[in-house]
Amino acid sequence: MSLRSNVLDLRKRKKEVQKGGGDKAIEKQVAMGKMTARERILALLDKNSFHEYDLFVEHAAKDFGMEGKTLHGDGVIIGTGTIYDKPVCIFAQDFTVAGGSLGLMHARKITKIMDHALKMRVPLIGINDSGGARIQEGVNSLAGYGEIFFRNTLASGVIPQISVILGPCAGGAVYSPALTDFVFVVENISKMFITGPSVVKSVLGEEVTMEELGGAKVHAEVTGNAHFYAETEMECFDQIKTLISFIPRSNLKKALAHKPKAPLKGAKVEDIVPADPRIPYDMRDVIKSITDGSEFFEIMERFAPNIIIGFGRMNGETVGFVANQPMVLAGVLDIDSSDKAARFIRYCDAFNIPIVTLEDLPGYLPGVDQEHAGVIRHGAKILYAYSEATVPKVTVIIRKAYGGGYIAMNSRHLRADFVFAWPTAEIAVMGPEGAANIVFRKEISEAENPEEMRQQKIQEYKEKFANPYVAAAQGYIDEVIEPSETRSRILHALQVSENKTASMPAKKHGIPPF
Amino acid sequence: MAEEKELKNLIIQGAIYKTQYTWKFENRVNYETPNENMIYSFIPGTIVDIFVKTNQKVKEGETLLLLEAMKMENQVRMPFDGQIVKIYVKKDEVIPKRHLMLEIKKA
Repeated sequence: MSLRSNVLDLRKRKKEVQKGGGDKAIEKQVAMGKMTARERILALLDKNSFHEYDLFVEHAAKDFGMEGKTLHGDGVIIGTGTIYDKPVCIFAQDFTVAGGSLGLMHARKITKIMDHALKMRVPLIGINDSGGARIQEGVNSLAGYGEIFFRNTLASGVIPQISVILGPCAGGAVYSPALTDFVFVVENISKMFITGPSVVKSVLGEEVTMEELGGAKVHAEVTGNAHFYAETEMECFDQIKTLISFIPRSNLKKALAHKPKAPLKGAKVEDIVPADPRIPYDMRDVIKSITDGSEFFEIMERFAPNIIIGFGRMNGETVGFVANQPMVLAGVLDIDSSDKAARFIRYCDAFNIPIVTLEDLPGYLPGVDQEHAGVIRHGAKILYAYSEATVPKVTVIIRKAYGGGYIAMNSRHLRADFVFAWPTAEIAVMGPEGAANIVFRKEISEAENPEEMRQQKIQEYKEKFANPYVAAAQGYIDEVIEPSETRSRILHALQVSENKTASMPAKKHGIPPF
Repeated sequence: MAEEKELKNLIIQGAIYKTQYTWKFENRVNYETPNENMIYSFIPGTIVDIFVKTNQKVKEGETLLLLEAMKMENQVRMPFDGQIVKIYVKKDEVIPKRHLMLEIKKA
């Protein structure tokens, strides 16, 4: 036998296995509006960059008639490739093979590529499309999930971990994505839940569709489990590539610098923000007025929109932005916005990304629902995250900075490196309306015309305290700047902070208010 | 998205802010002070049996009805000595969570 025939035999074997579940199953996958696992990998990675491993792995199940069955690749594709010429490790569950169900060998392939990613310090991308545990393999499939979750936790904060939900991801399987840094969902395709609609109905009598229970929109808007929402798989892949361009390969690196660009000449920052602190504007316009090329890559756009998080570049370097959004709920902090910001701050800190905070908030959202749902412990997360972060931290106070909200939004007291304030900034224990009611309660109640007196006292308080100069007199603010100087001041602050050294006391780990 | 929504008033510490509401904020459940005379279901389920009648006097701890949920029979008991004012459910009725089952009053 010549070498040639061996090669031909290899090609034949590969071709057979690469078809996954076969033509019929692929037809079904396409009918559901989904790409196949292989198509997804090829669409996401650089052309011709994908190399597959463990193609010939077969399942080892012996019970329930499994012994005679062939499951190509055991329902998952693993390998390495590049995105923008930078290496990534990837796995994609193949729904055409036994519904992408997870058995022992399937899990072993996934953990193999995870170990590889962690060892090589490259990002891990997981494409989830699976019916769940392979029941025929019993406790071995549970073991498989456990091994995956454990590795997700080990790799957390070391390499970027990205989960893409392109099909069902139900039961225990949801916890791998939940442990990763970024979760991507696609309309009509992604479905995530712990217990499905039929169980919810039989146990609780609640009628709900799969889409309403755990569809893409629900996770992007209501639960906060998803960070990116797309209408098509191709749009989703573009989002992943953009994200990859902003983040470093591991916690030992910095994100790759791009060519510095000036912001677009559009609306001037001083025209965006009204002087009256009660009138809203879109904070994203302020961010875009200071970032390179006016580009801003927003994360969790639809969840807790009263706070904005995302990446932009300044002088070519990646910067994480955290900003109150006066356009939604006046930009208050509440449970969801605290969770959202705190996790992002920790992400930036873990991956050497400086944080720029833009502040304009009236405080925390009042309400029994907030208090009972634990706004105290959730709100504490943001304090913890900012305090613990040792990356460069710059704050710009645009307008309101009242009470606990002022402290929480990366104040000097939580070790901000630079705090700038616009002349419109109001740094005070609360807004003039609330403060006047308390400080001048007696004068107001005893006045002939209480309402008139109230307005007069509000005005008095405003003139005296609703400005940046009281805080500046204490050194809590480094500089009161003109709005048009915002970008140049941040750029300079980041330049000065480039070799920042700051550390936390030695400890095994802190105990954040999870 | 955000831009399409109208501006509403949000009052924080006496100041009125013009802003948009979120879906969650608009759909939040308003708090009501619990009324100890109204007994609501704490879980969705089926009324398996009712042991009391309207106007009946009941001692604290006596079982009023059985609510089956999650394959368990839950005994709903009298929280204090008192009387049944009105019964809002029937035997075999399937009820959701927070459904009014009984009205009672103290002795």
